[in-house]
Amino acid sequence: MNVSTTERRLMEGSEAIAEAAIAAGCRFFSGYPMTPFTEVLECFAKRLPDEGGACINAESEIEAIGQAWGAAATGARAATGSTGQGLSLMQESMSEITRAEIPIVIFNMARGQGDYFQATRGGGHGDYRHIVLAPQSVGEAVELTQLAFHLADKWRHPVVIYGDYLIAHTAEAVATPKIDFGSLPAKDWAVDGSLGGSGRSRNVNPIGMEKGSKGIDPNGFWQNLADKEDEILEAEQRYEAIDTDDADLLIVAFGTLARFAHAAMRDLRAEGIKVGLFRPISLWPFPKEALVKAAEGCSKVAVLEQNAGQMIEDVQLSLLGSVPVVPIGGISTDGAGFGIGALLDSDLIAGRARDAHAGRPVPRGVVA
Amino acid sequence: MTDPNDPLRVIPTDAPPVGACRQTGTSLPPLTLMGEHDLCPGCGEPLALRQILDAIDEMGMSQRAIGTIGIGCYTALTSLMDIDLIQALHGRAPSVATGAKRMLPENLVFTLQGDGDMVNEGLQEVIHTAARGENVTCILLNNGVFGETGGHMTATTVLGQRTKNSIEGRDAGEHGYPILIGDLLARLQGTAYCARASVHDAKGVHRTRRFLDRAFESQMKGQGFSFVEILTMCPTGWFLPTAEGPDYLDQELGAVHEVGELKKDGVLIEA
Ligand code: SF4
Repeated sequence: MNVSTTERRLMEGSEAIAEAAIAAGCRFFSGYPMTPFTEVLECFAKRLPDEGGACINAESEIEAIGQAWGAAATGARAATGSTGQGLSLMQESMSEITRAEIPIVIFNMARGQGDYFQATRGGGHGDYRHIVLAPQSVGEAVELTQLAFHLADKWRHPVVIYGDYLIAHTAEAVATPKIDFGSLPAKDWAVDGSLGGSGRSRNVNPIGMEKGSKGIDPNGFWQNLADKEDEILEAEQRYEAIDTDDADLLIVAFGTLARFAHAAMRDLRAEGIKVGLFRPISLWPFPKEALVKAAEGCSKVAVLEQNAGQMIEDVQLSLLGSVPVVPIGGISTDGAGFGIGALLDSDLIAGRARDAHAGRPVPRGVVA
Repeated sequence: MTDPNDPLRVIPTDAPPVGACRQTGTSLPPLTLMGEHDLCPGCGEPLALRQILDAIDEMGMSQRAIGTIGIGCYTALTSLMDIDLIQALHGRAPSVATGAKRMLPENLVFTLQGDGDMVNEGLQEVIHTAARGENVTCILLNNGVFGETGGHMTATTVLGQRTKNSIEGRDAGEHGYPILIGDLLARLQGTAYCARASVHDAKGVHRTRRFLDRAFESQMKGQGFSFVEILTMCPTGWFLPTAEGPDYLDQELGAVHEVGELKKDGVLIEA
């Protein structure tokens, strides 16, 4: 099989993601099985050895991210991943890796959208943020996966792909050609041992410790990270705005749920309700200015998410009270617990948006 | 255990040492040339560290070595080592070393961890790294306490030892028994080389060096996981006068964690 496949082929999202990562030059993967992430690991395990890479079936998520950390510190493109609980175990390392400025890609095949805070705030200790990209389809996951490796190297920063059960397990016809995002700085920081004994040996560490210095310079270290995060905030906001120019009601949704919202939006437009859709693609940095622009002239902003209300805080913080914000999402109560529940129903979403538009109360719970 | 007839390495004295270390960096010479370091007086770690650096240098691996170090007093060691380093979290060094070695199999990849780091927080990682037969060398500097936090009990603290959180001495009924990590790792099939040394006296320092040489050679031959445990003094964490450190190490820690080779070329050495 060719690494850089330009032919379209019917692939499950898990396989497409692995193929896209390999096309982007990922040569190290480590993971621990957990639904719905398992198949991503399986695909890497099957494919990486053929490409001269390594895939380790780690003993835990903690070890998986540790192994990817070491591989990435040598300058290799490396990735790991998991879902909810597994990602919780990785948070400690995610925080340290961010501060050590090691580029790494983490696939979060989430169970629904209850982990928005975990992904965007970072569940680890310390003062940090990582880039989070949320695809809405397998095709977009292929592109964002490759972009993730590029952004990780560009900023020396972890990038999280926030997928879900549907992305992982839906088959779509996609191609996985290598996408060229432009040139990147040399990885002159990466360790390969070659500078040992020269007085200039490298030290990749999360506390700002410089070789040969006595102690650390906390001010310079944190300032550098804070400046970088500010630059990422400016440069990497991504979103999609559909029919927002004349909208009276703006629906904000991310990931696969946004596709259902899109269908609901078409129905509502046919009824004469002017609905627009705003989809953040980068959950951090959150596309704040674009959202403010999209919400201009709207009488209401309806936030659709499969949780008790998390992204709504980013929406409110962006709009700062300029437009009323109402939640039309709700916690997922599907029996499987995978967050693929009743909210994935465009009629239901249209009904809630209609209620919100008319000022009627919108229920929170969703009974599957 | 160790063959008593195994000759110790002798430093030639008919000529002054020339180029004891080819390292030319600004950060290494103070340690290798003058024994200068930032750790407590009487600490055993600089002694062990110097053996590690000398072993790497003499193998000609200075420019192919990658160290993965843990947390604790180790943070101060970064400045003493003029080789490429990755600093990991408490416990994670064996996993981080695994990733590095898989990407750079020609390099000498080793970890440097304390007992709190490796045997408490990171026990699972070192065990699985050994069980996978991962071709890295893990080095444990075991002083039986968390030195950096100010002298608390770890999983290797011997029974009876007084620490800040076992104030009347470690009691098996209350605190459990010490883990003899070297003995545990030696029994795993993926482990090719396993030894325990000590730096409390000159003979011990020489033996430490020999075991390190063998572990690194084992790694470069691709035999699998190699492990060297080095017992080091921590007079600060033991609340002892500095001068009593070596004797305490020999008589208390060394009596439980016995010095010697435990496995060579994948074959267990029975006591
Ligand atoms: S606390 Fe103990 S281990 Fe740490 S530097 Fe001091 S003597 Fe060495």
